[in-house]
Amino acid sequence: MADFHDEAPLVRGGLKFHDITEIVSSHTEKKTPLAWYGAFSLALAGLMLLVSMIAYLFWNGTGVWGLNNPVGWGYAIVNFVFWVGIGHAGTLISAILFLFRQQWRTAINRSAEAMTIFAVICALVFPTIHVGRVWAIYWTLPVPNQMGMWPQFKSPLLWDVFAVSTYFTVSLVFWYIGLVPDIATLRDRAKTKLRRMVLGVLSMGWTGANRHWRNYEKAYLLLAALATPLVLSVHSVVSFDFAVSIVPGWHTTIFPPYFVAGAIFSGFAMVVTLLVIARKIYGVENIITTDHLEKMNIIILLTGTMVGFAYITEFFVAWYSGVQYEQYAFVNRMFGPYAWAYWTMMTCNLFFPQFFWFKKLRRNITFMFIISIFVNIGMWFERFVITVTSLHRDYLPSSWDYYTPTIVDVLTFVGTFGLFFTLFLLFLRWLPMVAVAEVKGILPEADPHFYDHEGDGHGAHHDVSVSAAKH
Amino acid sequence: MLNQLARDVKASMSIYEAGEDQVYGVLAEFAHPGELLHAAEAVRKAGYRHYDTHSPFPIHGMDKAMGLGNSIVGWITLGGGITGLALATLMQWWMSAVDYPINISGKPFFAVEPSIPIMFELTVLLASLATAAGMFALNGLPRPYNPLFYSKNFLRVTDDAFFLHIAASDGRFSQEATTQMLRDLGASNVETIHDRGTEDED
Repeated sequence: MADFHDEAPLVRGGLKFHDITEIVSSHTEKKTPLAWYGAFSLALAGLMLLVSMIAYLFWNGTGVWGLNNPVGWGYAIVNFVFWVGIGHAGTLISAILFLFRQQWRTAINRSAEAMTIFAVICALVFPTIHVGRVWAIYWTLPVPNQMGMWPQFKSPLLWDVFAVSTYFTVSLVFWYIGLVPDIATLRDRAKTKLRRMVLGVLSMGWTGANRHWRNYEKAYLLLAALATPLVLSVHSVVSFDFAVSIVPGWHTTIFPPYFVAGAIFSGFAMVVTLLVIARKIYGVENIITTDHLEKMNIIILLTGTMVGFAYITEFFVAWYSGVQYEQYAFVNRMFGPYAWAYWTMMTCNLFFPQFFWFKKLRRNITFMFIISIFVNIGMWFERFVITVTSLHRDYLPSSWDYYTPTIVDVLTFVGTFGLFFTLFLLFLRWLPMVAVAEVKGILPEADPHFYDHEGDGHGAHHDVSVSAAKH
Repeated sequence: MLNQLARDVKASMSIYEAGEDQVYGVLAEFAHPGELLHAAEAVRKAGYRHYDTHSPFPIHGMDKAMGLGNSIVGWITLGGGITGLALATLMQWWMSAVDYPINISGKPFFAVEPSIPIMFELTVLLASLATAAGMFALNGLPRPYNPLFYSKNFLRVTDDAFFLHIAASDGRFSQEATTQMLRDLGASNVETIHDRGTEDED
C-alpha cells in the first residue's frame, strides 16, 4: 500500500541548528573565492554590454532596432514579458506555497525571491528604453507637469506601470523582512567593526524576541496573502497589453490565466537552472535536496502541460469563432514564415517537460538542468511567437512584412543576463542564500513538543506512518 | 499615568527601563525550545509581566505560553489597504474626469471598470507598506542599542541558543529571587544585565 504519511525529512544529513547557521553564513564570511571573481567579471562584462547598447540606442533612437511596419513591438516587449514571467516563480514560492503550508519552500524561497527582484529589474529596463523618447518616461507616472496633463488611465500599458512597480516594491519589502533575522545572525557572527555596523543597521537591532516574532509572523502571513493576488494580477495585467487590443491572435480571454501559468512555468525552470549550480558550488545539497528539485520539476510538468493545453485551446477557439482573420492568424503561426519559432516553442514547452512523468528523470540533476534550459528557451519563444506572428501579417496583405532583430536587439537581450547575474552573484556573496531562521524552524527539533517523553521525538509528529506501514 | 502607559507600550516591544544600579534584568539560557516554553509559562504563572523569550526562530505555542493575544498588525494592513483604494479611486477620477478630461475613443471620462487594475495595485501596495512599517513600529524597531547586546553569550541567540529575559522594571523583580527561580527552572548561564548606555566597550 502506498504510504502517504511518511514524509521524507526536509533537511538531510542530520543537521543541527548550528550546522545550518554555519553552512549558510560561512559563504558570506570567507575570503572571496577566485571562481566568484571569474563569474563576476563575466557578468559585469555582460552588464557593460547592456549599458553600451542602451547608450547606443539613446544616441540613435529606436531605428537601431529591427522594428518595422507592421511589427512595431519586437524584442523589447518579448524580453519584458520574458523577464517579468521569470520573476513569478519567486513570489509563488515565497507567498503561495507559504499560504499552503508547503514547508519545503524554506530551502529555496530566499534565492527564488532574489531571482524575482533581479528579474523584475531586468524587465523594467525594456519598457523604459522602448519608448523612444526616454526623457519623457515620467509621463507614465502621475507627476504634475508643465502641460497640466495626467496619464491615460484607460490604457493597459499604464496599468502595467502600476502593476510591475507595485510588484517590485512589494517583492523587495517581503524579501527584506525575511532577511532581517538572518542578517542579525550574520551580525552576531561578525568579526570586524565595519561588518558589525553595516549588518547592525540592516538588521535593525533584531534579537529574536518572542514579542517581535509575534508581530513578525503575522506581518509575514499578511504579506504572503497580499503578494498572492498581486502575482496573479501582474501577469494578468501584462497579458492585457495584448488581450485588450483588437489584433487577431491577441484579443482572447484566455490570456490572463495562460500568461500566469506560463510565468510560473518559466520561473520555476529558471529557479532549477540557478539552484542546480548554486547548491553544488555552495555545498548546500543537504538543505536544497533532490526532493526539493523534484517538487519543482513536478510544478514544471504541471504548468508546462497547462500552457500546452492553452496553446491548443487558442487554436480551437480561433476555429470555433468563425472569424477569418482569427483563423488565419493561427494557421499562419503554425505554418507561416515563423513556423520555426512556433515549433521551437511547442517542443520546448509542451513536449520536453513530459519527461518529468518519470520519477527517475525528474530526480536526475543533469537531465533536469537540460530540460530547464529548454523551458527557458521555449518560454522566450512563446512571447516572440505571440508578439511577432500576430503582428507581421495584419489585415492588409500589402502591409505584411517579416521582422528580423538587429544585432543591437540581440546584444541588449544578452546584456540583461549580465545585469541579472551581476546582481545574483552579489546576492550570493553578501547575503545568506538560504532562509536560515525559517529552515531551523522546520527541523523536528524546533518543535517544543519534540522534547516531551524524554526527547524520543514522538511528541512532535503524531506518527501515523508507523501504523500505516505495517499494513 | 501617561508615563505608565508609555512604559507598558514599550514593554510590549520588549523595551524596558533599567532599575537601580543600572540593572536591566536577568538573562537565562535554556537548553532547547521545549524547556524555554515551559519556563516562559512558569514565569508568567509566577506573576511576571516584563519578560521576553529570545530564540533563533519563532517557537510554536510561545504566544500562548506567554499569554500574548493576537498581533494587531492586521488592522494596520487594513488601514493601508483602504487608504490605497481610496487614493487610487480619487486619483483616477479627479485626474481624468475633473482636472483635465480627455475624450479617449468616446469612453466615459471616469468609469469603475478600467480603473480596477490600478485600484487593486495601489490597495496592495499601501497595504504591504503599512504591514511592514506597522510590524517594525509595533516591535519598536529599529533599535540599534539594546542592553542585552552586552552579554557575550547572547550573541548565540540568532544561532542555536534559547534565552529568557526578565526585566528589572517588573514589579516582582528581585535580583536574587528571580535568578534563583530561573535556576530552579533549569536555566544555565544566568547572568545579570546592566544598562550601561552606549558607552564604548573597548
